[in-house]
Amino acid sequence: MTEQTSSATAQTAPAPAQTAGIWQRLNLGAAGPLIALIFLLVLGAILNPTFVSLENLENVLARSAFIGIIAIGATFVITAGGIDLSVGSMAAFSAATMIVVINFLTPIIPSVPLVIALGVLAGFVATTLTGAINGAAITLGRIEPFIVTLGMMGILRSLVTWFANGGALTLDFGARDVYRPVYFDGIAGIGWPVIVFLGMAVLGEFVLRFTVFGRHVAAVGSNEEVSRYSAVKVARIRFLTYVLQAFCVAVAIFLYVPRLGSATPATGILWELEAIAGVIIGGTLLKGGRGRVWGTVVGVLILSLINNLLNITDIVSPYLNGAMQGAVVIIAVLLQRPGRR
Amino acid sequence: MIAAVAHPGKADAPLVRIEGLTKQYGLATVLNGVSFYIEPGEVHALVGENGAGKSTLARCLAGFAVPSGGRIFVSGSEVQDFSVEMSERLGIVLIHQELALAEHLSVAANMFLGHELKKGFMLDRAAMNAAATDMLARLGCSIDVSRTVADLPVSDRQMIEIGKALLRNARLIIMDEPTAVLTPRETDQLFAQIERLRSQGVSVIYVSHKLDEVKRISDRVTVLRDGFYQGTWPTSELTAHEIANLMVGRELEQIYPPKSAIENRVEILSVDGFSGDTSRAPASFQVRAGEILGVAGLVGSGRTELFESIVGLRPSKGGKLSLQGRPFAPESYRDALAAGVVYITEDRKGRGLLLEESIPLNVAMIGQILENRRLVDLGEERKANDWAVAQFQIDAPFPGVRVGRLSGGNQQKVLLAKSLLKVPLLILVDEPTRGIDVGTRAQIYRMLRDLANEGKAVVIISSDLQEIIGLSDRVLVLQNNRLAGTLEEKDISESAIVQLATGVGAATDQRQ
Repeated sequence: MTEQTSSATAQTAPAPAQTAGIWQRLNLGAAGPLIALIFLLVLGAILNPTFVSLENLENVLARSAFIGIIAIGATFVITAGGIDLSVGSMAAFSAATMIVVINFLTPIIPSVPLVIALGVLAGFVATTLTGAINGAAITLGRIEPFIVTLGMMGILRSLVTWFANGGALTLDFGARDVYRPVYFDGIAGIGWPVIVFLGMAVLGEFVLRFTVFGRHVAAVGSNEEVSRYSAVKVARIRFLTYVLQAFCVAVAIFLYVPRLGSATPATGILWELEAIAGVIIGGTLLKGGRGRVWGTVVGVLILSLINNLLNITDIVSPYLNGAMQGAVVIIAVLLQRPGRR
Repeated sequence: MIAAVAHPGKADAPLVRIEGLTKQYGLATVLNGVSFYIEPGEVHALVGENGAGKSTLARCLAGFAVPSGGRIFVSGSEVQDFSVEMSERLGIVLIHQELALAEHLSVAANMFLGHELKKGFMLDRAAMNAAATDMLARLGCSIDVSRTVADLPVSDRQMIEIGKALLRNARLIIMDEPTAVLTPRETDQLFAQIERLRSQGVSVIYVSHKLDEVKRISDRVTVLRDGFYQGTWPTSELTAHEIANLMVGRELEQIYPPKSAIENRVEILSVDGFSGDTSRAPASFQVRAGEILGVAGLVGSGRTELFESIVGLRPSKGGKLSLQGRPFAPESYRDALAAGVVYITEDRKGRGLLLEESIPLNVAMIGQILENRRLVDLGEERKANDWAVAQFQIDAPFPGVRVGRLSGGNQQKVLLAKSLLKVPLLILVDEPTRGIDVGTRAQIYRMLRDLANEGKAVVIISSDLQEIIGLSDRVLVLQNNRLAGTLEEKDISESAIVQLATGVGAATDQRQ
């Protein structure tokens, strides 16, 4: 390149506005969920001091952990431009599989921990497999994710009803005692579910941000064609997000089963909506291309704080929980939408 | 040089008079006190480099943007309220660079979109179909108005846009880069339409980079540079070269670099009886080190498809490829990249770049994949970014800017940097300079020639015949998904290419 051309570009390119640049970089939308979370905490503390007690906050965290772990997986699916509506049913299916296998093996194998381990393993394998089926139908079968996972939602839900014969599947009592600590124990008073939730969140944020896989997830969601023309293995990436989602469901259920010790056809109902709502409140774009795991954590916490706040204060009836959460989702998206050009 | 004085002309009754028009976005002033006028029934070319303010001016006139200062008069009365509705009422319609039609609606539905004819509270389809057919017939075209727009070629869509504008009683039609997606023949048809509009007293503002077209079609030409008005001249008084100099503001040297200096050219890619997925006949040709091989042909002749099949982006129907004498059979585009063959897409926004992401992320993308990296190396990305910005003279307003905010020319440079980071052997470039201003084009041409002179092989696929002729050492011409012929150095001429591309010599009619 000659000097002549370089001086020409320097002259002819218009200098864009500096302020526009600063606005672009200081994305207020990114901090929005965090501000909302702090606002909720302050509001709660004013309304009812027990709200900010360690005990209550730990309770909120524990309640968030299951949806939170599932929502971490959903962050990947949504960032890649997909959607998974089957996670609620998948959770019930996963719980049912674990319980059925444990109950079946208990009379056969004397070692209870081994029985539980096998049951959990079966749960992980079966659940991850359903994710793989979702992913394969979407990538190889080229069917819309919405349709595939809607179908899977119905299939898994009715499989659980069938397993349970319409009633409840209850974990064997012997196994229950051994399995209990997975939910009820923890480190330094923090329960295992919370520890696993936060650990997975850190890991998920790292994967999405600092690995090539995470980059490609966002690239596929941002523009599938550009990804294809950049030699990204588009189908593989999309497939993996659904498998990852299913794996997250299995982890959540592994921690959830000892809590109730049973699975019914009503287990996990509407969890998919809560998980998706958490992801969206956290600032991940529903159309894909941009995702934040930390935002998802904040989003899920906001949802359960609202629930908790309604329960321990009496300004608004707890029966309106769904309405409040719904309003928050809509407002969150409204605040995060890009400004006018 | 030419004195920068606007011709007074018959200024008594201009259709549109623009006075001191200014537009600011934040701190950036993109239009700075521009004044000129449009006469009824004239074709007025508006030229300037990327970022000169042409599109902004067009958007202000059509009511898509509100000027920060200055006034616009239409038929003598000042425009008070800037909105698309107001502009339409005044008879000013903008035809967008990327055509804005609802793809899944019929032709008639599109032409009446937002102005539907009704019978009571029902749509009056019959009347709309009749009026649409009638209008298109007036434009000398016979598209079935009940067809879905998605099924029609771009040139037909352009006719529909023009017809739609005329149905709204347009007196001034602004065309923003109308020929960017047209073949030479379609361009001829468009020009015939413009002539027809002119004879009916409709004015046209013709925004374009292509100065030969400006020379051919326009009555007067207005030049903008960096948002400033440079002047208006009768087109016949200027040569294309003079217009280019006015746009750039300096004497423009030869835009095409000298041809290949390398005498002894070794074969890099050999294509032997190869058929892409759309090919109608197997093709055989070679690409040699140190040369630029031009690939010409009408849009739809299978140029892009053939080369996408070669690099594994599309399936192929068999044939033999070899790269530097070794068999080359990429199963995926990744295999081709790993072997040193890169394909640079014509669709930089749709296929080339992640517009929401930064320059370093885009530039580093392919390298990461080829090196089988698991983790993102931010240091490496920064290095790639610095290399790209220096090597390709990319103008980024601030680090971390979204690629989508860059001008077309800078985007194209980012795309080149992304594709050339891992030093390929064979570079296939599809439409290297589509929608890019003269200055940047000259830069890109020189870069491509430098690559060839370094011993790489370069293939350019282009609809711009001047570009093919100016840049290529040899030219392949495709016609209707088959190789129609190869032209060597002295045989390369516009007429030779057009003959092969249209199959005129072979007496086959291409019209469908």
